[in-house]
Amino acid sequence: MGLSKKNKEALTAPLLKDNPVTVQVLGICSALAVTSKLEPAVVMGLSVTIIVSMANVIISLIRNTIPNRIRIIVQLVVVAALVTLVSEVLKAFAYDVSVQLSVYIGLIITNCILMGRLEAFAMQNKPWPSFLDGIGNGLGYAMILVIVAFFRELFGSGTLFNYPVVEKLGLYDCGYLNNGLMLMTPAAFILIACIVWYQRAKDKSLQE
Amino acid sequence: MAAKKYVCKVCGYVHEGSSAPDVCPLCKAGASEFEVQNDGKKKKGLNTNSDIYAVLYSAVVVVIVAFLLAGVSSALKSRQDANVELDKKKQILASLNIKNEADPAKKYEEVIKGKTQKLREYIVNSKGDIVKEEGGFAVPNDAITDENLPLYVATLEDGSTKYIIPMTGNGLWGAIWGYIALNDDCNTIYGVYFSHASETPGLGAEIASDKFQSRFAGKKVLKDGNVALNVAKKIADADVQVDAISGATITCSGVNGMLAEKLEKYKAFLLKHAKQEAAPVVAADKCVAADKCAGAGKCAVKDSCPAAKCDKKGVN
Repeated sequence: MGLSKKNKEALTAPLLKDNPVTVQVLGICSALAVTSKLEPAVVMGLSVTIIVSMANVIISLIRNTIPNRIRIIVQLVVVAALVTLVSEVLKAFAYDVSVQLSVYIGLIITNCILMGRLEAFAMQNKPWPSFLDGIGNGLGYAMILVIVAFFRELFGSGTLFNYPVVEKLGLYDCGYLNNGLMLMTPAAFILIACIVWYQRAKDKSLQE
Repeated sequence: MAAKKYVCKVCGYVHEGSSAPDVCPLCKAGASEFEVQNDGKKKKGLNTNSDIYAVLYSAVVVVIVAFLLAGVSSALKSRQDANVELDKKKQILASLNIKNEADPAKKYEEVIKGKTQKLREYIVNSKGDIVKEEGGFAVPNDAITDENLPLYVATLEDGSTKYIIPMTGNGLWGAIWGYIALNDDCNTIYGVYFSHASETPGLGAEIASDKFQSRFAGKKVLKDGNVALNVAKKIADADVQVDAISGATITCSGVNGMLAEKLEKYKAFLLKHAKQEAAPVVAADKCVAADKCAGAGKCAVKDSCPAAKCDKKGVN
C-alpha cells in the first residue's frame, strides 16, 4: 500500500511513540473497566478502532462547516449517533455480537480517545489521513488493552480467552492460588503504569 | 488578527504567534509538522462563527440525526424483535442444558409442546392456580405481577417433565435475569441460566458462566415449604445453598434478592403442584407386591409395580 510518509506517520505513531493510552493518557477509564478478561478487551479494542476511524472520517468531511463554538457538541452528536446506529444494525443482523457489545456501548461514546482524536486530528486534516489516524489510535489502544488483559486474566482468573491454562499446567495442585487483586481495577492501574515506565525507560524522547 | 494559530499535526498542540515554533512543546515534533490553523474565516465567505450560523447548524444536525436514528430504528424493529424472541427461546433452552442448538426455534417448540399440540407457556398466579394455558411467552418482564406469572412446561427427550420459572432482578450495574428449570417434583433444580446487562467482567459477569450455573443442579428450591435457595459465601446447608462468586458480592446478593422475591411468587404453585405430581415413595416393606418380592434384583413385578415410586423397584 503506497502511503505517503505523513499518512504512514498518522497510522503508526499511535502504536508506540504516540500511544493513546500510555503517552496521550486517554481512555484510561475504559482501559480499567474492560481488561479483567481478554475477550472483552479485544471486543472493546476493535469496536473503538472502528468507531474512532468512522467518526474521524465524518468529522473530517464536515470540519470546515462546523461552527467553532459548538464543535465539541457536534463531535459528540456524531459519535453518539454513530455508536447508536452501529448497535441498532448489529442488533438486527448480528444479535450475538450486539449482546456482547451492549456493555461497552456507553464506554465507547464517552471514551476520551474518540473526542481527543476528533478534536486534535480530524478537525484539521483531510478524511484519508483522519481515517488512518483513527485506525492507528484504535489499534494502539487495543494493543494496550490486550497486554493488560493478558496479565490480569492469566494471574487473576488463571485462564486465557476463558481457556483454563493454569489448571491444565497443574499449578493448582502444587498449591498455586489466583491473585484476586488482579481482577480489581487497581491492578490495571499498576500494569498500565508499568507499561508507561518501561516505554519511557526505552524511549528517552518521551521522558519529561 | 495579527497572530496566526499554528497547529501541530502530530499532537494537535496549538501555538499562537507570528511563526511556527521550532519544536512542539508537547510532542517534540519539528517546525515542519506545524500548519496554519484554518480558523473559520473561509473561502466560501461564510462566517461560521456567527450566532445564527451556530444555531441553524446545530438545529440541522439534530434534525438529520433524529430522522436517521428514528428511520433506522423503525426499519430494523421487526428484525430486532425477532432476534430478541429467538434469544429468549435460546435462554429457556439453556436452562434445560440444551445449548448450541442449530435451530433453537424448532427445538424450543419441540420441547415446550412435548406430546401435547400446544405450546405450554402458562400464566399462573401467586395463589398457585393456572390462570391461562397460553400467552406466557409474550409477558414482558416488567408486566410480571402476582396475577400474571409466566411459567413454561417442557418435556425432554427422555420423557421427563420440567418446569421453567423466569426471573429478573438487579445486579451491581444493571439488570440481571435468568431461568430456573425444576424437575417434576417442583423442587429439585434441573438446570439454570443466568445473564446480565452490564456486570463486571471476571467478577459479577461470572454468573453467566457454566461454572457458576452448574453449581445449581440438584439443589432444592424449597425447604420446609419456604423458599430457601440462595447463594452463599459459607455453605451451611448444601441442599439449598450454592457457592457464591468471590469478589462479586453485590451481584450475588442481587441473585439472592431475585431468587427470594420471584420464587416466593411461585411458591404456592410449586407446593400445590408438587403434591399432585409426586406419588409417595413406598418403602419396600410396605410395597403392595411385597409378598411377591423374591429378593435382591428379582422383584417379580418390577415395572408393572402399582407403587410407581417404590424405592426398591427394579432393584430389590
